[in-house]
Amino acid sequence: MKRISGINTPLKGGMAVLKPFDINALSPDGYIFTRWLAALPWWTPLVMLAIIWGYPTIAYAQSGLSIYDAFDALWRWMPFLLVSGFSFNVLISFWTLLIGTVAGVALGLGQISTFGPLRAFSWFITQLFRNSPWLVILFIVLLALPFEFTLFGQTIRVPDWMKGVFGLSLPIMANISEIVRGAVQSVPTAQWEAAESLAFSRRQILWQIILPQCFKRMLPPWMNWYAILTMATPLCSLLGIEEIITLSRQAMESEDNQPELLVPFYGFALLLFFVYCYPIARLTMRLERHYAVKL
Amino acid sequence: MTWTAEKPIVSLKDVRKSFGTLEVLKGVSIDVMKGEVICIIGPSGSGKSTLIRCINGLNDIQGGSIFVQGKEVHATNLDKLELRKKVGMVFQQYNLFPHKTALQNVMMAPLKVLKENKTDVESRARQLIKKVRLEGKEDSYPGELSGGQQQRVAIARSLAMNPEVMLFDEVTAALDPETVKEVLVTIRELAEDGMTCILVTHEMGFAREVADHIYFTDRGVIVEHGPPKTFFDDAQDPRTKEFLGQIL
Repeated sequence: MKRISGINTPLKGGMAVLKPFDINALSPDGYIFTRWLAALPWWTPLVMLAIIWGYPTIAYAQSGLSIYDAFDALWRWMPFLLVSGFSFNVLISFWTLLIGTVAGVALGLGQISTFGPLRAFSWFITQLFRNSPWLVILFIVLLALPFEFTLFGQTIRVPDWMKGVFGLSLPIMANISEIVRGAVQSVPTAQWEAAESLAFSRRQILWQIILPQCFKRMLPPWMNWYAILTMATPLCSLLGIEEIITLSRQAMESEDNQPELLVPFYGFALLLFFVYCYPIARLTMRLERHYAVKL
Repeated sequence: MTWTAEKPIVSLKDVRKSFGTLEVLKGVSIDVMKGEVICIIGPSGSGKSTLIRCINGLNDIQGGSIFVQGKEVHATNLDKLELRKKVGMVFQQYNLFPHKTALQNVMMAPLKVLKENKTDVESRARQLIKKVRLEGKEDSYPGELSGGQQQRVAIARSLAMNPEVMLFDEVTAALDPETVKEVLVTIRELAEDGMTCILVTHEMGFAREVADHIYFTDRGVIVEHGPPKTFFDDAQDPRTKEFLGQIL
């Protein structure tokens, strides 16, 4: 069981004192979401299915559309929602992770630079995007970025989904920047000194000695952010990007917007996210436990 | 200033070092000739480790000067990397690179820093591992080796750079009593081979046996120094006598 200071740790000396509120006791690490997801039993989707199945039966039993009609509609739309919708969410998540990781590693290394202004700049950018609402960032990016630009005389159109990717990449970049900074700083300074006394340059120490040791430590939090980011991809539907939520809404509209369709359609989307993210969360927590013992 | 073998290979002149307002070295002067073995002893907190770390520029100094082969260590135009190729250092906590095997630990610096040929480096590294009596452990990771074995890999790793001077910072302090000996044997062999060694140590018997010269530091100054025999048998200063009385 996780020990939470002031909650379930025995008081020293048994004196009844009120401990100061420690916010870190509530979020001791960045894994809150992944830990919760990984702790769900494997049969969770079956329960979800049961609810999705049962809901229209109970709620709208008296209205025109029967449960069978609702699921018949879902059944017809399913391949389309899966192939055109959810796979697009996956595509967005891959691109976001790629851009966010590359930019985040650069920013994280900027945060530990010996050059003061670069360090300050990297810190500021990291804090800015780590602590801003994702949706606000998304809207700013969508509205501020040009829809096309000219490069070497060629006009290149920026598709909306690429803007969505860019918008989501910013908070991911900031969080990966913190992962990199934290991991580098978690390597004992004695490693730096040992390498320095062997005449390694700072750049060599960082790339050949410190970062290879950090890789394992960075992997679980990195995967954690991938799961969080995948869950956030439906935000793109607010920008009109044709991912699963946008397409589900369009599908329901073409089925005459029957309210009985709401829970089956959105429930299906929920199920897809669970099936996709659950294994990632399980693997993340397994790696986290593994590396916590053996470094 | 060009350096010749008749001059001290390491020369400290009136070195002063403080951490904030705390002055830990209050004017220390030491000369070490090539091939000499110097032991620095003294109570904890007397600035021994700080002193040795100043010699390869891991610590900066606030006053005085340090010369290694005639080059000033804390001069602003000094190429620190060139200095550190000549000065090897072994630490109390070994500080091996945990993601590399013993052999890779030894080979890494000559390969990446000196950019030497891989086959040459590998044969030299294997010889060094043999020299520190760790044959068969080439492919073990530091986590699989005992403290004494790790420390001998650390010595081999330093030697792989072919340094002119070796610094040993309390290298046996973190070891079990039974493994201390295997490390000391390695250092003694080095000393017999003519390597210039500067050791900070608590092993008085060892200091007496291998050192050419003993320096006793207390509260940031050198209280007394001399050849081991006179130092241990005929100490003059009351602080030295008190210290030796507690230890021996």
